[in-house]
Amino acid sequence: MTPSKTLKAPLIDDNPITVQILGICSALAVTTSVDTALTMSLALTIVLVAASGIISLLRRLIPREIRLILQITIIASLVIVADLILQAYAWNISQRLSIFVSLVVTNCLVLGRAESFAMHNPVLPSLLDGLGNGMGYSLILLVVGILRELFGAGTLMGVMVLPLRSEGGWFEPLGVMLLAPSAFFILGLLIWAIRTWRADQVEADEFTLAEEVR
Amino acid sequence: MTDLLFKSIFADNLVLSFFLGVCTFLAVSKRVDTALGLGLAMVAVQTVTVPVNYLIHTHLLSDGSWAWLGLPDVDLRFLKLIVFIGVIAAMVQILEMILDRFVPRLFRALGIYLPLITVNCAILAGSLFMAERGYVFSESLIFGVGSGIGWALAVVALAAIRERLRYAIVPDGLRGLGITFIVTGLMSMGFSAFGGL
Repeated sequence: MTPSKTLKAPLIDDNPITVQILGICSALAVTTSVDTALTMSLALTIVLVAASGIISLLRRLIPREIRLILQITIIASLVIVADLILQAYAWNISQRLSIFVSLVVTNCLVLGRAESFAMHNPVLPSLLDGLGNGMGYSLILLVVGILRELFGAGTLMGVMVLPLRSEGGWFEPLGVMLLAPSAFFILGLLIWAIRTWRADQVEADEFTLAEEVR
Repeated sequence: MTDLLFKSIFADNLVLSFFLGVCTFLAVSKRVDTALGLGLAMVAVQTVTVPVNYLIHTHLLSDGSWAWLGLPDVDLRFLKLIVFIGVIAAMVQILEMILDRFVPRLFRALGIYLPLITVNCAILAGSLFMAERGYVFSESLIFGVGSGIGWALAVVALAAIRERLRYAIVPDGLRGLGITFIVTGLMSMGFSAFGGL
């Protein structure tokens, strides 16, 4: 694959969340507002790029039998560093992200890319693959985050966009957007929208129904 | 205590209100029997790891826990992530050996799902929540049992729904992943209604 393709494919065509089904947990949990979604995307992308690079660099030295535990140790060390940096420079956001930055360790996206790409490819493509997948993940997080914050609180990055009725405007915030179920709904509908646009991503039917049933 | 138990099973369900372990949740919920197998494994591992990690966190990692060795300033809390993951991997391995020795039927039924639990974020999150919320030992045990049961309940319920859903006519783009998310969202609303229990 050419470098630009490695970088672009994970955005829509091979998106980690909507196609590969990796790293969904954090994608749903941190999207109640745009700033937490952005911080999380940034943290994950940096960890993913660094982990892919390091694991690809060590790929000839890692024995097959203990590769998982080595990969997890590398990822965990990077996540601890990222978490400590966040706590040092962005204490408020790191409190709101709660345990989800730490959970990047078990984010299947990082381990999944390490296992399926970085273990078999040289450093540069692995870095690009990490960056591409990080951006694909960030894209979905941002879309979901913008929708939830805009309709749930009428703000974007904390700035009032839709004036609330309680403050003399016209917009009645949809409280449900800030609750857990809406994250599932929005992601489901988003996947529907993407698959309507890119029909090749539609999953095959497990059964074909008889004509007269339809 | 019963409060905490019901809260961790229903209102604070790990997968439906904190989105933990969603990847596994989606992957194994195609059939009820595999879902049940993983659910049981989840309860077992969660019940063991949360209290064990509690003991390690309070007695080895927290601020001043090395004072008895004459090292009052040592604070190893930054290591908790790596230690928790290590404990989880070790516990899963031990559980696997115990089941293989004493309950071989259950061991065979769980198969590949047991080792996979090591990288399930719901397990790690259980321990991290325990550390963050400052539970005492008995609470950590109850929380471990409850959150495991809650996860198992949710995955078995979703699997049952998806078995029926296979015969439904779903719009093209929504088929598979999309409709599963919508169903999970509805389940999440249902579980959160138990909040007042």
